[in-house]
Amino acid sequence: METFLKIDDLSVGYWTRRGKVGALVGIRLEMSEGETLGIVGETGCGKSTLGKAILGILPPLTEIQGHIFFRGRDLPRLGLEEYRRLRAKEIALIFQDPMTRLNPLMRIENHFVEEILAHESVSKAEARSRAREALLSMGIHESRIRNYPHEFSGGMRQRIMIALALVLKPSLLIADEPTTSLDVIVESQILEILQDLKRVYHMSLQLITHNMGIVAEICDRVAVLYAGKLVELGSAHDVFHKPLHPYTQGLLASIIHLDTKELHSIEGSPPDLISPPSGCRFHPRCPYAQQICVEKEPPLVEFQKGHLAACHFGDTFL
Amino acid sequence: MIELTQSGDTESSEILRVENLQVHFPVKIPLLQRIVQREKAVVHAVDGVSFVLQTGEIMGLVGESGCGKTTVGRAVVRLIEPTGGKVIFEDRNIAKAKGGTIRALRREMQIIFQDPHASLNPAMRIGDAIGHPLWIHRSGSQSRASFRREARENVLSMMREVGLTPEEQLYDKYPGDLSGGQKQRAVIARAIILEPKLLVVDEGVAMLDMSIRAKILELMLDLKRKHAMTYLFITHDLATAKFICDRIAIMYLGRIVEIGPSKEIYADPKHPYTKALLSVIPVPDPDKRKEKILPRGEVPDAVNLPLGCRFHPRCPAVLSSCGWEGRDFLDLLDEHLSDPKRAGADETILGPIEDWWAKGLVAGRKTGPTDAAKITERIRAILAEGPAAMVQAVGTVGLQGKNVIIEFRGPDTLAQTQVGERIVECLLYQN
Repeated sequence: METFLKIDDLSVGYWTRRGKVGALVGIRLEMSEGETLGIVGETGCGKSTLGKAILGILPPLTEIQGHIFFRGRDLPRLGLEEYRRLRAKEIALIFQDPMTRLNPLMRIENHFVEEILAHESVSKAEARSRAREALLSMGIHESRIRNYPHEFSGGMRQRIMIALALVLKPSLLIADEPTTSLDVIVESQILEILQDLKRVYHMSLQLITHNMGIVAEICDRVAVLYAGKLVELGSAHDVFHKPLHPYTQGLLASIIHLDTKELHSIEGSPPDLISPPSGCRFHPRCPYAQQICVEKEPPLVEFQKGHLAACHFGDTFL
Repeated sequence: MIELTQSGDTESSEILRVENLQVHFPVKIPLLQRIVQREKAVVHAVDGVSFVLQTGEIMGLVGESGCGKTTVGRAVVRLIEPTGGKVIFEDRNIAKAKGGTIRALRREMQIIFQDPHASLNPAMRIGDAIGHPLWIHRSGSQSRASFRREARENVLSMMREVGLTPEEQLYDKYPGDLSGGQKQRAVIARAIILEPKLLVVDEGVAMLDMSIRAKILELMLDLKRKHAMTYLFITHDLATAKFICDRIAIMYLGRIVEIGPSKEIYADPKHPYTKALLSVIPVPDPDKRKEKILPRGEVPDAVNLPLGCRFHPRCPAVLSSCGWEGRDFLDLLDEHLSDPKRAGADETILGPIEDWWAKGLVAGRKTGPTDAAKITERIRAILAEGPAAMVQAVGTVGLQGKNVIIEFRGPDTLAQTQVGERIVECLLYQN
């Protein structure tokens, strides 16, 4: 059976005046159908780049190496036209800020009609009725379908974005910080909607976030990125209960939740990706760093079934 | 009205007292509508908020966006002028203070905003930015040169204090060269360089990565201990507030619904809204996914406030006396008609939602006399599917002139109730 999504040795580099920024380096990752995978890490770790790379919407002149196999097709090697047909139809993306992603001069209905007509040869009336259905499924009344984006609240706009992303019933939904700009209660509502949809459509969900709390709530597996590298990958249970990488441990310890007794943080700040540290990229901030960490880059090793980490001392945390 | 100060504690002194604070913003409406409507439309951003801050305490102001928490913070430091009520800072009512007085006040009270990047002038060196308040509040007697030397020393020591090191190198950097955490430290340094007594922190850590949030919070706690500084800590994150606040106030649609010592409120929240806010905080353990008490829908708009308790349309513990009114029925009807599974036949009997009107306690629609009985029958059926408390609140359903109407009984008067050391504004706790 072919893998649903397989990312193989993917590297993405942005060119800047100061040199090349290695936003992603040698990422290997698989996703199966119907799975929810959380991609977590700090600002600038490359998590959004990963989502954009899958969807093929990286800025021009970006260097992409390696493969992204989606149902057997190698995405970075697809032609423009082929890629365009795949987007929204098979892979859809929800962005962080719904206001900037909806065209303020376009009625909600037209967002849907445009997208449906771009991918399917149906009549405009048919497209309209599907738009209505999609909105209704998100609890938005059809009388509002001719409204403009600014006439909706933040939570409703995000629901519209989700409806828009799902109207063509994609098999993979990438949600890039879908709830960051929302309030806690609306955030919970949106997460519930996402989970319901997953069940109904048997869709795969890739949730990109910096919020470990959300990951614990809805993800089956977790991938932790640090400075462009995949440092840990495993089931949510394993990663939260037995984190093998000191960075993951630090991230988990720094979550502030209701039972927090003591505050923890990770010393220092993420490195400059133009000239990343030698060896393990986390070594300057790592409390356990040894000489080997400075000299040798740790490979991603499977320490337990399905639980991988890139740390020389991963086995000591088992 | 209940006295809001904590009694018995003679040592602490009151630094800020906010009494019945109101901030209303006018809504722009077209001229014609304004003439027809007569009544002025205003956003009730803050609508009767009272609290007291003791010197050296951290009070959290918690709520969702649009609840008015930021507006309270801005009114306290007088970035905006309150519509009504008092802001008494060190025994002086500053609610209506003007230009010069306000400027002098800024020595005593400062505010930190959410986005450190937007708070710093990108063309100003970090050291100059931190020292800027010194120049603004400089008295004229000293020579510029000696003042500059002194200011630089002052800035450098402040940078050391907030952990912006190596300070000599960072002094000449621009904001763009700093990380998010460093920028927030710079903003804090600038805010406290004049040694203010009160610091309003508006979502001061929300934009920062989890991994550095703790450091900034610790810094704030440190500064509080060292300088006996008082904080008004505005946040939407109850978990963070729990960690650093001595007392918290939960706000909803311009009102404080629960206020009291953190310990008590977290151990045993009383107001249904507080309970809901606490229940949605994620537990970082995938094995402990819990059921949440989610309020229905979203925060209603603050122009036409709900009757009675403002939380009643969303409240999971709502009573029949909480303030049910005509438009609540319209919402229920709308929900019903939007549901393709149930609507069908109902739309032909009840007509489209646009035919319905709501005014105060009454909702209704015009009708011919023939189908009136049918409509009232359907209305009763739909009501039966709604929240039980809503059904109990219905006074009459029937024909009135040419209208079929639903009239609700009015709400009970909401008052602040003392429960233990806290004050709650909820009918559940009133006798």
